[in-house]
Amino acid sequence: MAFETIGFYVLAALAIIASVGVIGQRNPIYSVMSLIGSFGALAGLYILLDSPFTAVTQIIVYAGAIMVLFLFVVMLLNVPREDAAEWDRSHPLNRPGARRFGAVLAVFLLLELGWAVWHASTREAVALNTVSAGGVSSVAAIGRSIFTDYSFQFEATSILILVAMVGAVVLARKEPQ
Amino acid sequence: MDVTLNHYLVLSAMLFAIGTAGVFLRRNVITLLLSIEIMLNAVNLTFVAAGRHFAAVDGQVIVFFVMTVAAAEAAVGLAIVIALFRHRESLNPEAFTSLKW
Repeated sequence: MAFETIGFYVLAALAIIASVGVIGQRNPIYSVMSLIGSFGALAGLYILLDSPFTAVTQIIVYAGAIMVLFLFVVMLLNVPREDAAEWDRSHPLNRPGARRFGAVLAVFLLLELGWAVWHASTREAVALNTVSAGGVSSVAAIGRSIFTDYSFQFEATSILILVAMVGAVVLARKEPQ
Repeated sequence: MDVTLNHYLVLSAMLFAIGTAGVFLRRNVITLLLSIEIMLNAVNLTFVAAGRHFAAVDGQVIVFFVMTVAAAEAAVGLAIVIALFRHRESLNPEAFTSLKW
């Protein structure tokens, strides 16, 4: 087996296990830690896909900045653990009618999924092209594309960030008594 | 057996499904936001894999923009969570059913 194949399966398993860990925890701090692991596995997958720029951005921006923001808020609020028994009783989806409807939908969804997987496996898989160095892996090419073809979108995101920053400050501000 | 585009698309679909399940199952606003991040990352993986497949940098450029939007979304979302927690002392979405109080 090629190195790329082994790497893909290991990293894919890590990403899925860590993502299940995110939604399987009751304590939000463990969820955030698990999500950082998932982002690390995804960064490895980006490297396998010849995209080192995206991999590094993933680590710096996602695992570094956004997750620190999440951890900061979790610790600032001293978030209580989720109470399972409380919402099991009170949840509007926890009614006999809703359960039957959900079961029927789940059966349909599983049938559809099985059909799709069977259909995909009988077809010929599309192999990933092998791209020479300087193709998609070139940071210079990405930069050129951002500042020429996507320059308007780039400026628009800068305004978006500014608006988000002002909005976050206004929303989280304590109202004067 | 080589890794094909299908492998990456299936992995991305699984991650997206996990994120969706998290949004429906969890009763904690912060975990809801984390589930949305999982979904955004699943989409990013699709963009990078497709960009490599078509030998174009546009996939990575769009991932760059998605990350920017995700950062903005996380900042505003967490500010809203802080404001809500200040009013209700709870992070359960069931506590936030009224628009005005």
